[in-house]
Amino acid sequence: MAIEVRDVNKSFGTTPVLRDVSLDVAAGSLTALLGPSGGGKSTLLRVIAGLERPDTGTVRISGVDATRLSPQRRNVGFVFQHYAAFKHLSVFRNVAFGLEIRKRPKDEIRKRVMELLELVHLEKLADRYPSQLSGGQRQRMALARALAVEPQVLLLDEPFGALDAQVRKELRTWLRRLHDEVHVTTVFVTHDQEEAIEVADTIVVLAGGEVVQAGSPGEVYDNPANPFVMRFLGPVTEIGGSLVRPHDVEISPDPVEGGAPAVISRVVRLGFEVRVEVEIGGHEAWVQVTREQADRLGLGPGDTVHVRPAPGARSLALAV
Amino acid sequence: MAKHVLRVVAVVYVLFLLVLPVGLIIWRTFGDGLGPFTEALTSPSALHAFKVTLTVAGWAVLANTVFGVGAALLLVRHEFPGKRLLGAFIDLPMAVSPVVVGLALILVYGRFSPFGGLLESWGIQVIFSTPGMVLATVFVSLPLVVRAVVPVLEELGDEQEQAAHTLGASRLQTFVRITLPGIRWALGYGVVLCLARSLGEYGAVAVVSGRLVDQTQTLTLFVEERFQNFDQPAAFAAATALALIAVVTLLLTKLLRPKDRIDGN
Ligand SMILES: Nc1ncnc2c1ncn2[C@@H]1O[C@H](COP(=O)(O)OP(=O)(O)OP(=O)(O)O)[C@@H](O)[C@H]1O
Ligand SMILES: [Mg+2]
Repeated sequence: MAIEVRDVNKSFGTTPVLRDVSLDVAAGSLTALLGPSGGGKSTLLRVIAGLERPDTGTVRISGVDATRLSPQRRNVGFVFQHYAAFKHLSVFRNVAFGLEIRKRPKDEIRKRVMELLELVHLEKLADRYPSQLSGGQRQRMALARALAVEPQVLLLDEPFGALDAQVRKELRTWLRRLHDEVHVTTVFVTHDQEEAIEVADTIVVLAGGEVVQAGSPGEVYDNPANPFVMRFLGPVTEIGGSLVRPHDVEISPDPVEGGAPAVISRVVRLGFEVRVEVEIGGHEAWVQVTREQADRLGLGPGDTVHVRPAPGARSLALAV
Repeated sequence: MAKHVLRVVAVVYVLFLLVLPVGLIIWRTFGDGLGPFTEALTSPSALHAFKVTLTVAGWAVLANTVFGVGAALLLVRHEFPGKRLLGAFIDLPMAVSPVVVGLALILVYGRFSPFGGLLESWGIQVIFSTPGMVLATVFVSLPLVVRAVVPVLEELGDEQEQAAHTLGASRLQTFVRITLPGIRWALGYGVVLCLARSLGEYGAVAVVSGRLVDQTQTLTLFVEERFQNFDQPAAFAAATALALIAVVTLLLTKLLRPKDRIDGN
């Protein structure tokens, strides 16, 4: 294991922020820490980096107990949400910082920094200052700076949080490719479930300071540990007292076994998908169907249909 | 109409308070050409006063720069009991009259106080000599560096410092390579202000120095003393020199004003 966190507790004042958090991160993996705002994701990441000291519990990095080590000695790369660029240093000097601290020879530094700048596509901007870069470029510079010291693990706090949607998507795929190239164990924080599912090979859901579930994206999406995780990872709707994904609901004009009668209140066409809003026995639900399906069934407002969770689909019974 | 009245009032105000007195000093100084001016300023007493002023101001600025940066870091980056008290104490010299400062120093370090007596028995004389004048000047200009640096440190935040730590930098390396460059303009501004205040200090230094001519006489004390002794050319020449220094520092502070150069690229 590259990172082993055991029974970590951390409070700020009297507010507990992490409660008995345990976490294993496999060497070479790309793990997402996913959870709602205030769930303790940043705090956990900072505990791993040594920027925050846990009240109890241990952190091991590459098998070595790092709980009492200062961040200076942990050899982790940390990328801050707002980049923490060294404003008075050029892009080159930013990336070279860790190597200069380690007193590497000048030409070795030059070679390594240029390699890294190429990796993050900033080789042409080496002499610029951070204030002359776009947000995405700064983020990539911060990444190169963290990678320069060959860290044992790379920790990214909401790496794309401050960027607009378009750049976010580009950087996401880019991060995935970069990881496949560099293979450094990486943990990144996000509160965007789509980002976690798309990029990570393991997702750890953290809420209220506790690890709620950990597993591959498929596992967490298909086998959520509780209604909270199910809601957090994708769209849900409530049918017959269970929580179901709207695309896992069957809709038919005739009564079916286990089905419930429903009245269509609205049909919304969103390109390829069609969102059918229905009323079942006084409460609202919705079903996602394809356009082709909607046309075939001739669905329209006021029609009565029958809905049921698709056989074999995962659903979670809600405690009543 | 009201605008015109206001403008006239402002002009008259500045004229009588600033332009007229300073102009007259300069006119009286250079009235008989440059000769008497240089002559008055190169007399042994004047040169000695220059030297004392520079020594005292130099030590005071050094002390307040080190203390100022340290205190600013403490106030912005650390939580500790008594933090607000420290903040209040740092601003105290703004409120206390320099004469009171001088008297207080004499009470503590004077020959007849226990502490001053002890120092005296070790051969260290504080009052009526340079250490006392440095202390007085340090006290009077204490808040200037701190107050210049604190807002910039706050604005800078600590993420860059944390990033430097994770990249393997020690506390000292982080301070020298990250924090100091981040605050350099503000620090320069604070140091220049502190220097100006130190050069011009009169009240506290007057009390603790004992005004010993050719020994503890600073330039401001020299002006006073010459004037009392009806040596107006020397008094005016030294006053003009002080005014010129003030103008230079004023220009420097304009160049260094932190809010214009916050990131210093
Ligand atoms: N230095 C601190 N002092 C006091 N409370 C803090 C501190 N840092 C974090 N907290 C509190 O700890 C809780 C968890 O914070 P944390 O930053 O870890 O959440 P997060 O999951 O990263 O949230 P977000 O997605 O909004 O960044 C929050 O309630 C926050 O207010
Ligand atoms: Mg956070």
